[in-house]
Amino acid sequence: MDKAAIVGVGQTKHAARRKEVSYGEMVYEAVIAALEDAGIGMDDIDNVITTSNDFWDGRTISCMATSDASGVPGKNTSCVEGDGTFGAFYGMTRVLSGSYDTTLVTAYSKGSEGVSPIISNAAFDPILSRELGLDMVSACALQARSYMDRYGITEEEIAQVSVKNHGNALHNPNAHMGLDLTVEDVMQSRQVASPLKLYDISPISDGACAIVIANEKRAKQISNQPVWLNGVSFCADAYSLGDRDLFECQALEKAARGAYKMAGIQDPTKEIDIAEIYDAFSYQELLWSEGLGFCEKGAGGKLVTSGATAKDGSLPINPSGGLMGAHPVIAAGLIRMVEAVYQLRGEAGETQVNKQVNTALVQGLNGVCGQSHCVWILGRD
Amino acid sequence: MGDYWTTDTESIVLNSGIKVPYAWQAGETASRFLVQLRDEKKIWGKRCPKCQKVLVPARKSCGFCFVETSDWVAVANQGVVQTYTVVARDTPVQPVKAPFAYAVILLDGADTGFVHILQLEDPQKIKTGMRVQAVWAENRKGSILDISHFIPVEG
Repeated sequence: MDKAAIVGVGQTKHAARRKEVSYGEMVYEAVIAALEDAGIGMDDIDNVITTSNDFWDGRTISCMATSDASGVPGKNTSCVEGDGTFGAFYGMTRVLSGSYDTTLVTAYSKGSEGVSPIISNAAFDPILSRELGLDMVSACALQARSYMDRYGITEEEIAQVSVKNHGNALHNPNAHMGLDLTVEDVMQSRQVASPLKLYDISPISDGACAIVIANEKRAKQISNQPVWLNGVSFCADAYSLGDRDLFECQALEKAARGAYKMAGIQDPTKEIDIAEIYDAFSYQELLWSEGLGFCEKGAGGKLVTSGATAKDGSLPINPSGGLMGAHPVIAAGLIRMVEAVYQLRGEAGETQVNKQVNTALVQGLNGVCGQSHCVWILGRD
Repeated sequence: MGDYWTTDTESIVLNSGIKVPYAWQAGETASRFLVQLRDEKKIWGKRCPKCQKVLVPARKSCGFCFVETSDWVAVANQGVVQTYTVVARDTPVQPVKAPFAYAVILLDGADTGFVHILQLEDPQKIKTGMRVQAVWAENRKGSILDISHFIPVEG
């Protein structure tokens, strides 16, 4: 198969509230940054994928509402409703189709402008479950408990993810929430939906992100350090929570296997140098680590306790601070790709890990309790 | 970034409470399921002819096997808690005041989990594996909330 690469990345400063810019203006910031990073102009972009969600925006056909900010007029555009990693997948397939050379992929949301429980409750089936009032937090709390009970994972083990990632975010200039926490701070933070406490839950941020994907020929023309998309796969699980074994993530396991096979990875723990994964809740970093094969099933707690996933560990996870540092819904997965690109290019500043990064893993997800996962393997070669 | 610009102008905010009416058709299968909740206080599933699983709430096709379900199977109004969360905060969408719990319950005779509200005087006593039973709403309307909530089975 032909190759494709990321040749430009951009993101905004993420914050609790970006009141000086509207959605479109926020997207524009990220697009300008991505084009500057690539060293190209909008004329070099020949198609655009926008990633958005109508409920978060409070308007229909939201993808078109930010089209001007994404340089769309006169170009082919399409959209993805979901996480930005899925938008990037669509963008990659377009350049590999032979029809396009360069795709601009954008993703954004302003969590500050909606009411999170109402919006995420609307993800549930209106006929058979929505009236129960579940939202993303309470549903994920069901998953967290299921995971803990199955494997004897403790709340203290899970809290270590919050400590690590909020701490890493202190060094990320784009993060919304860097915090110097202890396990005790997390344990004593306000109960929200057991076992989830305030600091187990990522903040909801305002922010946008953009990347430029090019086919091999154009990538080599545009960039002297393209980041190659060496593997990608995504997979979804059943919709209803009651139909799934919430303590595991079969869809992620399958997506990971697909991405590893495509990238020729035999042992992810040895061949992946850093991972940026979807820690919307602290327990998720542990559960997803198991699904990605970073440790055995049930060993996620031991993995974080060992220090292996710290910034100076053998497999740093979320050195950027992950979603604990900033969580603009929809953009969060695409931001993981941008952070991985910084690491691969050695341009991550204070969040740069202390080793050569040749291969990075990125995971994004969509749906309640990780119904669908997208796994990417990015490389310098 | 920042509020530097608000020194010489006002930050305008436009408020909205978008309200869009819908009329969701439950369809034959969910209608039968909801009518049975309302009129007979019975919880029904449907069996997949391929994997033999009893899927609850009843549905027209099996998402795992991708075939139409066949027999209707009444399941018990009791079951076992598979997982739970004690909710400590109120939201605009929760039908009851916190504290209360949500649980995934494996009803006797079912092969999929049933998500519902679980009420206990002391929510800290909830445990995975606990047996619980449905409490029916007095005014039933053909909704998942015709089961008001679940409570522990006494003894």
